[in-house]
Amino acid sequence: MEETPFLEMIGINKFFPGVHAVQNVDFELRKGEIHALVGENGAGKSTLMKVLAGVHPPETGEIRIEGQMIRVDTPAIARSTGIAMVHQELKLASALTVAENIFLGAVPTNRYGLVDWKRVRQGAIESLAVLNIKMDVDRKVSELTVAEMQLVEIAKALTLNAKIIIMDEPSAVLTPYELQQLFSVLKAQRDRGVSIIYISHRLEEIFELADRVTVMKDGAKVKTLNVSETDKWEIVKLMVGRELGKHYPKRTHEIGEPVLELKNVTRKGKVENISFTLHRGEILGIAGLIGAGRSELATVIFGAEPLDAGEIWIHGKPVKIASPGDALKHRMGFVTEDRRQTGLFGILTVRENITIASLRKFTRRGFMNLRRELEIALDFIKRIRIVTPSPNQQVQNLSGGNQQRVLLSKWINTDSEIFLIDEPTRGIDVGSKEELYFLLNDLVANGAAILMISSELPEILGMSDRILVMNHGRITAEFQAAEATEVKIMEFAALEVVE
Amino acid sequence: MTTSDGTTSVTKQKMDIKTIGNTILKLISRYRTIFVFLVLVIISSSLSPHFLTTGNITNVLRQASFNGLLSIGLTLVILVKGIDLSAGSVLGVAAMTAGLLKDQPAFIIIGGALLAGALIGWVNGVTIAKLRIEPFVVTLATLTVGRGIALLMTAGYLVVGTTDTIRWLGTGYVLGIPVPVIIMALMFLIAYVVLRWTPYGRRMYAVGANEEAARLAGINVDNHKISAYVISGVMAAMAGVILVGRLNVSDPLAGTGYELDAIAATVIGGTTFDGGKGGIAGTIIGVLILAMLNNIMNLLGFSPYMQQVVKGLVLAGAVIMNEYKRRK
Repeated sequence: MEETPFLEMIGINKFFPGVHAVQNVDFELRKGEIHALVGENGAGKSTLMKVLAGVHPPETGEIRIEGQMIRVDTPAIARSTGIAMVHQELKLASALTVAENIFLGAVPTNRYGLVDWKRVRQGAIESLAVLNIKMDVDRKVSELTVAEMQLVEIAKALTLNAKIIIMDEPSAVLTPYELQQLFSVLKAQRDRGVSIIYISHRLEEIFELADRVTVMKDGAKVKTLNVSETDKWEIVKLMVGRELGKHYPKRTHEIGEPVLELKNVTRKGKVENISFTLHRGEILGIAGLIGAGRSELATVIFGAEPLDAGEIWIHGKPVKIASPGDALKHRMGFVTEDRRQTGLFGILTVRENITIASLRKFTRRGFMNLRRELEIALDFIKRIRIVTPSPNQQVQNLSGGNQQRVLLSKWINTDSEIFLIDEPTRGIDVGSKEELYFLLNDLVANGAAILMISSELPEILGMSDRILVMNHGRITAEFQAAEATEVKIMEFAALEVVE
Repeated sequence: MTTSDGTTSVTKQKMDIKTIGNTILKLISRYRTIFVFLVLVIISSSLSPHFLTTGNITNVLRQASFNGLLSIGLTLVILVKGIDLSAGSVLGVAAMTAGLLKDQPAFIIIGGALLAGALIGWVNGVTIAKLRIEPFVVTLATLTVGRGIALLMTAGYLVVGTTDTIRWLGTGYVLGIPVPVIIMALMFLIAYVVLRWTPYGRRMYAVGANEEAARLAGINVDNHKISAYVISGVMAAMAGVILVGRLNVSDPLAGTGYELDAIAATVIGGTTFDGGKGGIAGTIIGVLILAMLNNIMNLLGFSPYMQQVVKGLVLAGAVIMNEYKRRK
């Protein structure tokens, strides 16, 4: 049976510096369906949807609604066309109330041109009631849980008469109960004729929720399937597109003595009672949901935030790490999750970024030997295979994968033996990912120890020797790599912690 | 650049001219401050026969020396994403300190004045770095407080006279070069070398470029920021002592508004408010451009009012050029 699609995207291409993020993708959406969009991280799902929502105008391609060609060059145009996106990073004004947020885009006014507050409140209550949600509309958004914020976003979309709602991985931060609530809201909207695009990489959800599913991989569309006519294994095969396991290079070296030990480390409100041991030559993976306290743990270990209780031991001796400077002295390096904000000096050169934490190496009698510095930088560019036109290129002009290499080079150059690496391959295309994995393997093979935080379960499973699962600031499980599975990890990452 | 196979020699020639044109434009854009400086020299010397005389150039440089010293401090401060509006007031406090100490040996006069400058700079730096208050607000406060202190020190009166050594600092010559010019040149040289060849200088760029990344690279961000303000205070105080020597009087209103010229010189020289970009070489050119502009407008008999308009426009032009280049 051929239905006329409500929305068509035809031949969409989107480039970012160094990445062809969306490659010639055709996508169609029917009226009143829930259409799941799946793929690995970096497959281009979010980017394709941001094209539709006017966040990233495409380089080529066209978008049609009910056969009519439309242009969505800005988010405002998208909204007025009836396309609303609920972003992963929620875009609510946190200092304003629920009601104010719901009407932010279209404030009702009275005959004097002033805001009609009565209608704002009344309207907000009504639009939440439609969704079967009870919520105090006078509460500030900053006081809401993430799940509540998502519901407010949906309510906001509906008051703008959205005909297409895009949900970008909503489940990543929700508890199972909140997820069920969200599902029933989405299903009800579908039955009212709204079309919903649901981005996720959790396959179970698709079978519970979606009518059709489109699989993306490496920026291209692989296939669109009816959910009733497929199964999990087919989708996985399409998503991965290769034998699982080959993706992650194997290691053969021996794991050595303990290097870093945490004993009951607590940072109030962030991490609680964390104990573990990291060995020489080992990659210890830390899995968990966003907000589980994984990055905070790394920050505390590195001395960027004080610890309230507990001890950190290095090479069998208790140490005091009161600042990142202390961490450096104990030969630690920290590759943060957000390269641009906290890792790189974007306007400084590749050379300067590589050497900033180890200036002493080429300083004699107080003066830096700039020729020696250049040699060091060139050596790293060659050895770590950083693709850059020159060591004097501003690092912000490099691709994500190369920026990540520069960051790692910075810490290799300090002779670090303990690497804290938060999301090693975030925002990096697939080819560079594999090369980065080889690089991490080289590091541990040469005697380094790596604490690897990652939200990508395949990466955690493929790269770690051991895996810790964090949840609400605590460690809830530990697995040997061989015995861990995605399902087991998710169980401990998402389970409700009873206080 | 690639050309298709079908291009005729005529279009190729056009392409070449275009590429040459682009290269020239690129060079001008890259060395724009030097370019502006050279254009100004050429225009000035053709407009006034007095301009390129030794006497006039000596004069220009001596007048530039006060702004030059202040600009060194401002360059460091702006490099770490700050601003120091108090420099002119610090100059005033230093001048009055020198005035009150005028019967002491020269090293006490100089030491006392520089210490006063360092102290105000340190207060600025600590308030900004440790208490995390906006540099603009903090130094706006010390601008007012500093001027008040300078006036309080003698209840608003001038102190006339100083020792011979201080007089020499302001009016003396070595090998025909005015002493203030030598001091400025020496300080420029030191600042240039420190920023380019010492780990401290490199870390200042890192702090300005990304504070959090600098902290996580083991850099003590607070101390580096504080140092910039202390140096700025010392530089302004140094200018204050030289000014006392030059005029043979300590004036509590000395240096009023000087910070604005120093900020202008720094920005014209290409150090941007985003932090982490720029340096002393540009600032030197910026100082010279402003000094020359003042000089040629005086030689040509521009009214002081008109001079302000022109200086303001030059500053605006410099900022617009920097911004335009950054966006590209």
